[in-house]
Amino acid sequence: MISKVLKYSFSDLIRSRWSYVYLVFYLVLGFTLLFLNTNLSKAIITLMNIVVILTPLIGTIFGVMYYYNSREFTELLLAQPIKRSSIFLGQYLGISLSLTISLVAGLGIPFLIYGLFQSSVILDFIMLLLSGAFLTFIFVALSVNIALLNTNKIKGFGYAILMWLFFAVIYDGIFLISLVLFDDYPLDQFTLVASLFNPIDLSRIMILLKLDISALLGYTGALFQKFFGTYLGSFISFGTLLLWVIIPVSLMTRFSNKKDF
Amino acid sequence: MISIETISKLLVRKSVILLIHISIYLVPLATTASVYHVCETCQIKSLGEAVVTANRHDTIKVRSGRYECTNLEITKPLSLIGETGAILDGKNLGYVLKLLGDHITVRGFKIINAGKSYTKDYAAIYAFKASQFKILDNEMVNPFFGILIEKSDNGLVQGNFLSGESSKEDDSGNGIHLWHCKNVDIVDNEIHGLRDGIYLEFVDSSKVRDNYAHHNIRYGLHFMFSNQDTYLNNTFESNGAGVAVMFSKFITMKKNRFLQNWGTSSYGLLLKEIYDADVTENEFKENTIGIFIEGSTRVNYFHNDFSQNGWAVKVSGGCYTNKFFKNNFLSNAFDVSYNSRMNDNSFHGNYWSEYTGYDLDDDEIGDIPYRPVKLFSYIVNKTPETIILLRSLFVDIINFSERVSPVFTPDDLVDEQPSLKPFQW
Amino acid sequence: MVISISNITKKFGNLTVLKGINFDLDRGGIFAVLGPNGSGKTTILKIILGMVIPQSGEVMIDGKVVNKSWGHRKGIGYLPQIARFPDNLTVNELISMIKDIRQMPAEEKVLIEKFGMEPFLNQKLSNLSGGTRQKVNIILTFMFDSPILILDEPTAGLDPLSLVRLKELIQQEKEKGKIILITTHILNLVESLADEIIFLLEGDIYFKGSVQELTKKTGMNDLEHSIARILE
Repeated sequence: MISKVLKYSFSDLIRSRWSYVYLVFYLVLGFTLLFLNTNLSKAIITLMNIVVILTPLIGTIFGVMYYYNSREFTELLLAQPIKRSSIFLGQYLGISLSLTISLVAGLGIPFLIYGLFQSSVILDFIMLLLSGAFLTFIFVALSVNIALLNTNKIKGFGYAILMWLFFAVIYDGIFLISLVLFDDYPLDQFTLVASLFNPIDLSRIMILLKLDISALLGYTGALFQKFFGTYLGSFISFGTLLLWVIIPVSLMTRFSNKKDF
Repeated sequence: MISIETISKLLVRKSVILLIHISIYLVPLATTASVYHVCETCQIKSLGEAVVTANRHDTIKVRSGRYECTNLEITKPLSLIGETGAILDGKNLGYVLKLLGDHITVRGFKIINAGKSYTKDYAAIYAFKASQFKILDNEMVNPFFGILIEKSDNGLVQGNFLSGESSKEDDSGNGIHLWHCKNVDIVDNEIHGLRDGIYLEFVDSSKVRDNYAHHNIRYGLHFMFSNQDTYLNNTFESNGAGVAVMFSKFITMKKNRFLQNWGTSSYGLLLKEIYDADVTENEFKENTIGIFIEGSTRVNYFHNDFSQNGWAVKVSGGCYTNKFFKNNFLSNAFDVSYNSRMNDNSFHGNYWSEYTGYDLDDDEIGDIPYRPVKLFSYIVNKTPETIILLRSLFVDIINFSERVSPVFTPDDLVDEQPSLKPFQW
Repeated sequence: MVISISNITKKFGNLTVLKGINFDLDRGGIFAVLGPNGSGKTTILKIILGMVIPQSGEVMIDGKVVNKSWGHRKGIGYLPQIARFPDNLTVNELISMIKDIRQMPAEEKVLIEKFGMEPFLNQKLSNLSGGTRQKVNIILTFMFDSPILILDEPTAGLDPLSLVRLKELIQQEKEKGKIILITTHILNLVESLADEIIFLLEGDIYFKGSVQELTKKTGMNDLEHSIARILE
């Protein structure tokens, strides 16, 4: 049944204007960046800044918006013989997939035209898209949770944006301040753990490692490089991102099972 | 019973040998120079024997084969030439060749098993108080010191290939090591896997050119107390650190490449207590720190490429009237970093890839000045772990606010005329 | 077919809407759920459907507890109070989607004809008027042969002709022996159709019985006045 719900919410979404706006936005972004500097790897650095901040924001907004706007559809489905978790998982996958497709197509097309396959940065680029996809799935799940817990649309929107702001900016501010304050203590372990607890930070670091931070990490001692640079490190990083998807999704099914419609 | 016949035969043979000996010893006196061959089936079977036998300005050619050679002292002007496949084996007992006179040339040998010691600086080729020496086209495999030259002058070290397998600083020596020398040219050598690739201490008026030093434990090139030297067109790649130039004056550094020198305190180029130097047309790429400058004065940086380094230029205390002009700063995590608010150096008319200003009057110079020092680089200097937040939105925000009103970084460190296009030369 | 509600309690925040109510519907017929605004009419219907989760109590259909499951909805046709549908779909797409999800035989054609919906089949739902949407709502509810029908204000926005058609339809379904639960504010619909009234008041069942029994109990002439009397 998940697949049927997914089918209908997906086809509903790809007909909506917003998916196209999102797709066109990434197309324009990709082409502009490549037009401004034909250097692929520099374009990827700029793109990283954008992807790491923007995909969570778009995921958050779309997650909340779709939830509130598709209450009719949800209610219609709720009266049908379908498990609740199937309804919400199907819709969740519908939003996340359509956003991910917009991201991949929107950035992929310009980069393909500019000769990505002949370039050595193709792995970096795939990494970028993979992180973008993860961030989309994570932030859609988080924001659907917020919407599930808030019947009031305005409140739900507010909390969702606040959540994004927290992970995108506030968390790093607190992180930075505590690093500076506790300068006298060994901070390696703390830093590693703290960066795992924020999916935006984690994705950023994973992309940076492929790009320009490697030279820098040498500066802080071997630990970061040892951790993030190894297979175990990549495994843990991806595992953590996966947990960041799984935990909110399972919360989502729990909340949805308790909710009245 | 010995017959008369046999006796007479013996006599004839002896006299022939005598004749040969006479010709060997006497003929050179008459002519200017002669050539001796060393090989297993030759008259002379070792290089040592040949060196004793030969006269001043003679040439000794060593044929293919492996020859034991330990602490061989050469005190007269000679040319020692290894033909293809000539190997000198030091048996792990001290020096291999010691050049202790003038006008000595050593060329084309493969030298193995030079000795290692914790108390003596054993070297594959050692020169002491030598003048007009030439060390050319030799290969040294896993030596302690490769070529060690002391109190010598007017020499040439060219085309040698030195390779080591060292992993720790304290049980390895330097590739090409000069001490108290003058007018020595070090050209086109390749050195890897040793402590310092090239080390110069109290060496004046010398040139280091076209060398390739890579994967050495400490420095690719190390200068101490050496003045009026030039190094040109060398490549330093993946060494502990690229080049360290310390306590020296009037050094010219041109067209060198400093690549991928990564590590906790690693840099492409370290300048410490340097006066009146020129750093021109070099390329610094993918180093943890491009140039680390400490206590240097009147150094001009012109037409250098700094690309994709952690820090392009890191300035640490006591640097006065240095000038950076017409350099390219391309995609470095940090372009310039200072550890204080003091600044007495000028950055003028460089190209900064992060510059986002505009050019309304179309003169290819940005209309608003560029501040190359970021607040975040200051924070990372204080707390290195914060590097993990590089390129995060929060860091971008605080960098922006610091750029608008500098509190922690030098407020007079500004490039007033940032170029809009990278320079070519 | 037996629906049995036992001890259902539902609170929304501090507000207690249902205070442990019990009733059984053990035969086919039309049951009108009445009560003042906010008395929990829609809530009890949604609890039967499993859309609202009660704090305590059970809903049993044919002896099986259903209020935490979903399979029983296969046997329920539900007409929600407000006809809201995904905006981007056409009427046809919506109907085939619901058919696709239910995987049951459906007789939508007769209903489309009955309510004159042919011209609207390829229109997007967002372009339809309230009444037309309600007709779509009716088609979706009645096109499957469900033994239980739950109709929440089915008459909202309907023109008189459609109202007559709807009445016929409900009557028709009743004759098949179905249990039909209905809320409405149109009392003559109740008078003409309902076999039994379940009157909710302050979270309890105030009255359960026929129209005649209710008028008798209140001593009034008709349903309207009886209800007004109760609410005084």
